[in-house]
Amino acid sequence: MYDAFGIVNSSARDVWVEGMQEYRPIGAFSFLGRYRVIDFPISNMSNSNIDRIMVYVNNKPRSLVEHVGTGRHYNINSKSGRLHLLFSENRGRNDVYNTDISSYLENMEYVRRQHNPYVVIAPDYMVYTIDYSSLIETHVESGADITMLYHAVDNAKESYLSCKVLNLNKQKGVLSIEPNHGNAKNRNIFMDTYVMKTELFVDLVYKARELSSMFTLADMVNESCGELDVRGVAHRGFFASITDFKSYYDANMSLIDYKSAQNLFHEDWPIYTRTNDSCPTHYYDTAEVRNSIISNGCMIEGTIENSIIGRGCVIKKGAVIRNSIVLGGCVIGENVHVENHVVDKQAKIIRAKEVVAAPGNPGYVKRSDTL
Amino acid sequence: MKQDNMLAMILAGGRGSRLHELTSKVAKPAVSYGGKYRIIDFPLSNCANSGIDVVGVLTQYESVLLNSYVSAGRRWGLDAKDSGVYVLPPREKADAELNVYRGTADAISQNIDFIDSFAPDYLLILSGDHIYKMNYAKMLAYHKEHKADATIAVIPVPMKEASRFGIMNTHEDGRIYEFEEKPAEPKSNLASMGIYIFSWKTLRRLLLADIKNPDSHHDFGKDIIPVMLGEGKSLYAYQFKGYWKDVGTIDSLWEANMDLLRPNNELDLNDRTWKIYTEDVTALPQYISADAVVKNAFITQGCVVEGEVKNSVLFTGAKVGAGAKVIDSVLMPGAVVEEGAIVTRALVADDVQIGKQAVVGSADSEHIELVAKRVKGAE
Repeated sequence: MYDAFGIVNSSARDVWVEGMQEYRPIGAFSFLGRYRVIDFPISNMSNSNIDRIMVYVNNKPRSLVEHVGTGRHYNINSKSGRLHLLFSENRGRNDVYNTDISSYLENMEYVRRQHNPYVVIAPDYMVYTIDYSSLIETHVESGADITMLYHAVDNAKESYLSCKVLNLNKQKGVLSIEPNHGNAKNRNIFMDTYVMKTELFVDLVYKARELSSMFTLADMVNESCGELDVRGVAHRGFFASITDFKSYYDANMSLIDYKSAQNLFHEDWPIYTRTNDSCPTHYYDTAEVRNSIISNGCMIEGTIENSIIGRGCVIKKGAVIRNSIVLGGCVIGENVHVENHVVDKQAKIIRAKEVVAAPGNPGYVKRSDTL
Repeated sequence: MKQDNMLAMILAGGRGSRLHELTSKVAKPAVSYGGKYRIIDFPLSNCANSGIDVVGVLTQYESVLLNSYVSAGRRWGLDAKDSGVYVLPPREKADAELNVYRGTADAISQNIDFIDSFAPDYLLILSGDHIYKMNYAKMLAYHKEHKADATIAVIPVPMKEASRFGIMNTHEDGRIYEFEEKPAEPKSNLASMGIYIFSWKTLRRLLLADIKNPDSHHDFGKDIIPVMLGEGKSLYAYQFKGYWKDVGTIDSLWEANMDLLRPNNELDLNDRTWKIYTEDVTALPQYISADAVVKNAFITQGCVVEGEVKNSVLFTGAKVGAGAKVIDSVLMPGAVVEEGAIVTRALVADDVQIGKQAVVGSADSEHIELVAKRVKGAE
């Protein structure tokens, strides 16, 4: 087993999830009702025996800080392990200087204090499960300088448009990294996940700053593909990149089926989250619930189909919710019809009786809004 | 111990033998209830919510699971610098032989040294196997207001059932003049809930005398309270209003679960100002499949429902297969009802599997059927 520390990185400035990101970083987005997106990378690390984890937060930190806290609920040893929240300061989100490299530089003193010879870098805006310890083993055995995780997809024309793609040679060597321009169906989507030696990571960060203040780590690795041995490793199983509103909606929806969820959740690979101590959910006599994921603490009198309901929601009599994601603490009033929507936390839909969007183009109800 | 220097001791040694197989491996306070809780979560959460920081849990019967369960005090937030949940099984001491706890009072007597180390002014004695929500801080205020030596929480029960309980006979002002255990002809309907607040100095002296008394049962109800009344101490009854249940049998455990299905039930587990805390289980949210029917049910995370669930309570990780029916029943943690099986008026114990097409329980049975062993299904 190789000794590594983890970095959980936040999304770059070219990623924006309409509506929801106004309130919190993508890592703090609710996922499948009871999780937050960041539970996946942190649980992956914790399950892979990585118990020194740095979480980079670059805007609206409140909900992420509250959720991640000390990291105790991620099964990280409370003495020898550490979950560190690191903030990048002084810059607006849209600032061109707002790169992952500048966040790393700001915290370089702390990075250099890590004794672990390897580093695993993973994004807080992608959902997948993987054993990083075997990924590190693959990395070391291959003799590569950098290992990059990718997922081969056949729908890159219409999806993953905010992602990067890896161009690989036959031996899985990375030739270049480029944005997904959506001009080909079959692409190797880069999962923004790297394994390398800590030493090399530090070198690359400094070098990136010398070359360009706008460089990201991905730019720097792309620049280095010629001199360094950079290789791709394919990921199998469920993968979602939460990098725009549609991908957030689709990622949730695609896991409603219990059988497809088995591609993400595995018996021996727990996904931890912060408990809210809510009681079980009460389904009343008039409830009609089908093909849905329900969280605890709800009171359900209405109809729910193909939807995901967060913690502590009240679904009144005659309400009909279809193909929607309702986040925690919402109230859907009597005879209200919600279809193809994301209803953000604590919203109350009482007087608006028809909140319906076209399939394939989901609508959004703002946090704490009353309709 | 910021709550006016009151220490709580929870009596959790009881076996609960009328719960049959449910308590063959765990003590009654560790029995599951209400979808995601264990019974002892109620007194522990009440303590945490009442601002009591130090809680001793007296365990005895099959205590391994209970000990490890309650020792993780952070589940109830009882892990701050000056707080903690202490597990207190009988132990060998330098000046006394190792003895099991011979009665409720003896369990406290054997831990006088532990209690002394916190030097409390008041001692709260609780039972680990009752389901209720109560603010002990209010009870302490009542105790102080009446300058009582002991305050006993009581709940009014129907007069015709009063002879099943320990009954407190009181004056108008709440002062207790007599205690009768299961009286044939009850004079009052105020039943003792087994919740006591004592002024520690007074109780300590009485316990030291009780240890030496060879005729004593070392029990609060049978010995300590009558002695106090005999000595003319001031004992007051504190009337509790609300949901309270002592689940002694399979029928009553089932009933207590069914109570949660009533809209606006008194226990109101969804009350965010008085949450009941419990173990944080890592589980998926609830999956309700395309063909499922769920009506009048209380279901928690980790459950997968592909069949029909009516008038039932499903605990963590319970699964109901396609075409299966669960009616008027309780599925304890990890219970699995496979495809096409039918479960009616039954309580399926932890991790028990009901095989395909199997039929258990019946709609017109007098008692609830306890299913504690795997039921084989069609091949």
